[in-house]
Amino acid sequence: MGQTIAEKIISEHTGRDVKAGELVIAKVDVAAVQDGTGPLTVQEFKKLGKEKLANPKRTILFIDHAAPSPRKELSNSHMVLREFSKEYGAVISDVGEGVCHQRLIETYVNPGEILVGADSHTCTSGALGAFATGMGSTDIAVAMGLGKTWLKVPPTFKIEVEGDFQKGVSPKDLILHLIGLIGADGATYRALEFTGSTIKNMEMADRFTLANMAVEAGAKAGLFVTDEKTKAYLKERGREDKFRKIEPDSDAIYERVIKINANELIPTVSCPHTVDNTKTVDKLKDIKVDQVFIGTCTNGRIEDLRIAAKILAGKHVHPNTRLLVSPASRDVLKQALTEGLIGIFVESGAALVTSGCGPCVGVHGGILGDGEVCLATQNRNFQGRMGNTKGFIYLSSPEVAAYSAIKGHIADPREVL
Amino acid sequence: MIKKGKAFKFGDDISTDHIAPGRLFHLRSDLPEFAKHVLEDADPDFASKMQKGDFVVAGNNFGLGSSREHAPQIIKIAGVGAVIAKSFARIFYRNAINIGLLLIECNTDGIDADDELEIDIKQGFVHNVTKSTKIEITPLPDVMIKLLNEGGLIEHIKKHGDFDLV
Repeated sequence: MGQTIAEKIISEHTGRDVKAGELVIAKVDVAAVQDGTGPLTVQEFKKLGKEKLANPKRTILFIDHAAPSPRKELSNSHMVLREFSKEYGAVISDVGEGVCHQRLIETYVNPGEILVGADSHTCTSGALGAFATGMGSTDIAVAMGLGKTWLKVPPTFKIEVEGDFQKGVSPKDLILHLIGLIGADGATYRALEFTGSTIKNMEMADRFTLANMAVEAGAKAGLFVTDEKTKAYLKERGREDKFRKIEPDSDAIYERVIKINANELIPTVSCPHTVDNTKTVDKLKDIKVDQVFIGTCTNGRIEDLRIAAKILAGKHVHPNTRLLVSPASRDVLKQALTEGLIGIFVESGAALVTSGCGPCVGVHGGILGDGEVCLATQNRNFQGRMGNTKGFIYLSSPEVAAYSAIKGHIADPREVL
Repeated sequence: MIKKGKAFKFGDDISTDHIAPGRLFHLRSDLPEFAKHVLEDADPDFASKMQKGDFVVAGNNFGLGSSREHAPQIIKIAGVGAVIAKSFARIFYRNAINIGLLLIECNTDGIDADDELEIDIKQGFVHNVTKSTKIEITPLPDVMIKLLNEGGLIEHIKKHGDFDLV
């Protein structure tokens, strides 16, 4: 009987053929934590009484959520991770290096592997054909100590996308549309497998955006076939030898098939306070925007900055709106500097924020005032998410975000693209 | 074992941001202090009003969002007897069991704020004493019962030296 991508990867890591619904103990290739979840992982790991990490070179500790630290308590938590790294030989990715999920795809995760991370957006690496899933601190502590984890093999929803996006419409609109369609718990316990001609033609950056948001439909993983684009991505980062063909069997069994026509999509925005509360941009033109935030593990890659810079070049941000830009990693920042994009942002009136998660998780660097509205390219708009329960967060593509920053209200980028 | 307590009612889609807000990120290293703010962004009075053993009662998809284990941790530390919801988000569910917080999945429509409840885990129902009704519980999977009975994931691994779930 044919297998889905999830079933295939998990089978390889358990040493036998598994199918959806089975409970398995699977080998873990990469384990990751960040500064919000890592200190608790360290505490729980120490309770296990293990002297060593199962795989220190592939245990990665990211300092990205409160980076650089805005408070002494958080500085002390960062010290816990740095000390643990020294003591046990785990890899540390420190202040300024970037958001964990961006760093994981750039440097650490390969096709066919299993990544578990103490961060819900760990699913981002699924676009590399890896089974990547978010868990809590204790699960990761055990994975770090034993080199394995327990999993229930998920059933898979096949998301089949055909057609071309209109100008000004992007894969972010596709994933927001999908989440609006099936709901924030529409795929709980399921894996999503993205397929179809649109996905085949899609650049890696955009596949990461889709995989990143799989968890916003409740999914355990967002998976992709690997192809020439995957190979080129790995080659650029010196990991061509890690390329493997990952694909489902032609007779794989899917719990549900959802078909989407990309031609019919129009720019879509998630409205407060849930990601599945989606509306098309034409219905939101009266929404004035106090802050626009372009960045994050969802849409802070170089491709996202390029399209935002294209819209902002020679223009100025609306006088009643502030624009924050945060490249997802130091590599993205370096590339943006080389291409002159940072100059365009600064000239347009944007403020540059250190590569990291700060504004999106409401820790620092862009906390909203009472009643303020933020339009962000991030993945979550829960009440209080950006540090204030009295704030209102809308989610969109970089195209919608950049154009809205100029107009001062939510605006349709098809007018200028 | 029968657990008794009062219901505190919440709606659908209570996220881990409601339970353990990002603006209190710095309290993650001081969980007893953080527990004084548990669920503050969904009900600012909850932590001060609840008594040890009381129940958090919610709708669908409780605990969605961030993987922060501090969310179930501070619910447990605050003394909540169990979280009763129509459904739970995946990571929260796993985290709660790993740290030994009891979750009850059942239809919560017939439970209102301040109702007196008794949970009979063995018989598999929630008794709404105030309304004299019985609500059937969706049983926990075996793996979750085993982890809960052994005191969570760390204790399970310490006891067996490895996973002993499959």
